[in-house]
Amino acid sequence: MSDTFQQHPETAIEVADMDFHYGESKALKDIRLTVPRGRIVAFIGPSGCGKSTLLRCFNRMNDLVPGARVTRGSIHIDGVEIHSPEVDPVELRRRVGMVFQKSNPFPRSIYENVAYGPRIAGTKSKSELDGIVEEALKGAALWSEVESRLHESAFGLSGGQQQRLCIARAIAVRPEILLMDEPCSALDPVATAKVEELILDLKRNYTIVIVTHNMQQATRISDMTAFFYLGELMEYGATTKIFTRPERRETEDYVTGRFG
Amino acid sequence: MDSKPTSFATTGRSRKGEPFVWLTAAGLTMGVVLTLGLLGLVVTKGIQTFWPDRIQVFEIDTGAGTEKVAGYVVQERERRDPQGVDHEEIQIFRGNRELFGEKFAFFDRASIRSQEIPEDILLVERMEGGHVIARAGKILRADGTEVPANDPGFATSLDELIEKTDTKREELRRIEKIEIGRNAREVKELRSLERFEGSTPETQARLATLNEEFLKLDAERNLVRQALAGDVLLLDAVDGREIRIEAGELLHIFRPNQAGVIGRTGEMLRRVWHFLASDPREANTEGGVYPAIFGTVVMTLVMSLFVTPFGVVAAIYLREYAKQGPLVRAVRISVNNLAGVPSIVFGVFGLAFFIYFLGGVVDSWFFPRSEEPVFKSGGVLWASLTLALLTVPVVIVATEEALAAVPRGVREAALACGASKWQAIQRVVLPASLPGILTGVILAMARGAGEVAPLMLVGVVKSAPDLPIDGEAPFIHAERQFMHLGFHIYDLGFQSPDSEAAKPMVFATTLLLITIVVVMNLAAIIIRNRLRKKYATSSF
Repeated sequence: MSDTFQQHPETAIEVADMDFHYGESKALKDIRLTVPRGRIVAFIGPSGCGKSTLLRCFNRMNDLVPGARVTRGSIHIDGVEIHSPEVDPVELRRRVGMVFQKSNPFPRSIYENVAYGPRIAGTKSKSELDGIVEEALKGAALWSEVESRLHESAFGLSGGQQQRLCIARAIAVRPEILLMDEPCSALDPVATAKVEELILDLKRNYTIVIVTHNMQQATRISDMTAFFYLGELMEYGATTKIFTRPERRETEDYVTGRFG
Repeated sequence: MDSKPTSFATTGRSRKGEPFVWLTAAGLTMGVVLTLGLLGLVVTKGIQTFWPDRIQVFEIDTGAGTEKVAGYVVQERERRDPQGVDHEEIQIFRGNRELFGEKFAFFDRASIRSQEIPEDILLVERMEGGHVIARAGKILRADGTEVPANDPGFATSLDELIEKTDTKREELRRIEKIEIGRNAREVKELRSLERFEGSTPETQARLATLNEEFLKLDAERNLVRQALAGDVLLLDAVDGREIRIEAGELLHIFRPNQAGVIGRTGEMLRRVWHFLASDPREANTEGGVYPAIFGTVVMTLVMSLFVTPFGVVAAIYLREYAKQGPLVRAVRISVNNLAGVPSIVFGVFGLAFFIYFLGGVVDSWFFPRSEEPVFKSGGVLWASLTLALLTVPVVIVATEEALAAVPRGVREAALACGASKWQAIQRVVLPASLPGILTGVILAMARGAGEVAPLMLVGVVKSAPDLPIDGEAPFIHAERQFMHLGFHIYDLGFQSPDSEAAKPMVFATTLLLITIVVVMNLAAIIIRNRLRKKYATSSF
């Protein structure tokens, strides 16, 4: 698969020599990584290894955590250093969407959930919003299930449907990159399969970075995999290579389940 | 069954500390008993006020002969005289103030020779002088005809008479309060205009028309008064004396000893309605409390209108925007302590700041020509603001807690959709915390509605001539003084000329105040529960 990388040299995210601190403690050190456009990249690694932290750096979600900061290095998205002063984090998040581990629909109707992003971005026309909502829900493979009850509370949906609603909400903003933080960890296998199918489908339009604890999931959906261990990027490469011919001992131990 | 001890047999350790459970239960029981006792007392006493008792006629030995007294028993008590002899006494409401001077009297039970419940006793309500308890005498009509009590048409004539006086009195009230009132106000405005800008032919002409109008209204008023004055109802008190009531004074006649359960229930409902819907009479001891209900509700609602946005906005800044540090901590402690400041202090502050300062500024800007202060005196607006200040800590604390309870995931989701911090708060965080905020508002309303002390400084009065909202432009009169149920209770209980007569009113008013606070709280709770259903945060 490494040759596919060659065919798509355009990079979406480029992380260079990055260190990250929560207060005094170092969470990530010396991260160097490139996310190619239009691919699915999986971040794997044991709990606390820093993969979610890195993911949350890409849309500066860590700004909300007191004391959390990048202490060295840079993150470029579309060639722009995202921590530079002219970058507005609100604009950044509009272009780098995110789906969370725990589905977190707003206490509103299904329609209002999806329309939230476009609405705050200034879309007022009802017909335009209707179009966006339909498109996003179809994109998230939820439209046929909720078409008849768009104006009912989002909490009436099942767990899997709620997570797909959150994906619909994220893509309604029309981002370029979609970050997913263990999107299936709270779902049953059937719902997981649906979401995975959806992720593969979304690949056509989005660059996706997904954090997962599920090895099979990483092999099923991702083009590239990064293995993190104790705040360091141990190994990064084509998924098939990481899972079949890992270069490092730790990677092999982890993907084969010898430690976790 | 085998009774051999097993390894799970009790060692008694599981019962350790059980006395403390009893202690906690006793504490709760105490609270519940006290609350129920309070409610029970207020409810029974309040309802007793309205239930029409049978009127009894007692024959009393006065030593020099016997005397007949009609009335109903209010209470019984024991009294020890200076010689150390115990007397059982009954207190009787006998009305007829012009005959006895006092509406209540105590009699020694031993001096009662006989008692009966005659059917033909009337209980008459009138405008002034309190109730009359007597037998019907006759009606003297203005045209000189008479209808004696034994005439078969007497009852109908009496009803007609009361109906007639009711309509006439209503007419009189309309002329005096509305039409003459409007006329007088316009005259006053014109006079003030003349004083500042000099008199012009137009103002003079208008004044002349108004004067003409007034004379016409005055004549009309006198006509109605004459019509009211003509008829007289003569009654015979049980001791043989005659009581004369002008028809204009008559309000209502009830025959408590003839009425059955249905009749007495009807009378009770009439009294309750009268109490709720009519204006007070005779230094508040008679009539209703409608203006006080109105004042209480308006003040509480206006207070909520002020306190809710103010408290919510302050809490949002404190929780979401302010940099958490020693200063914010100090502010938070101060806000919490504000809730513990004695309420009269807020009254003094309201008087000094709202009335003297703000009111003075408003008056000098908008009413420079008014002779008497408009906003520079107590009024419903200033009272509401003072109470809003008093209750704002409650709302701030509740809102802060509600904001803190919004799950972080929901906030992050909003931000991840490209919302600015304010957009996230406005569209997602605030709706999710609305139920909690409303809880704070409910507590604030309950506190505010029952507060009396500060109100006495900032606008509550014993008797307000006009309601703060009425049909007269500009409809909302925020500067007007108002009546309040809490103050009404205080006034009846401590300031009334006849405390014995006011006692039932005290209980009835207390019951009403509690009911109103409960009703307003229930309404707010229902709204909150609806919102909670609508904005329930994920349990997934």
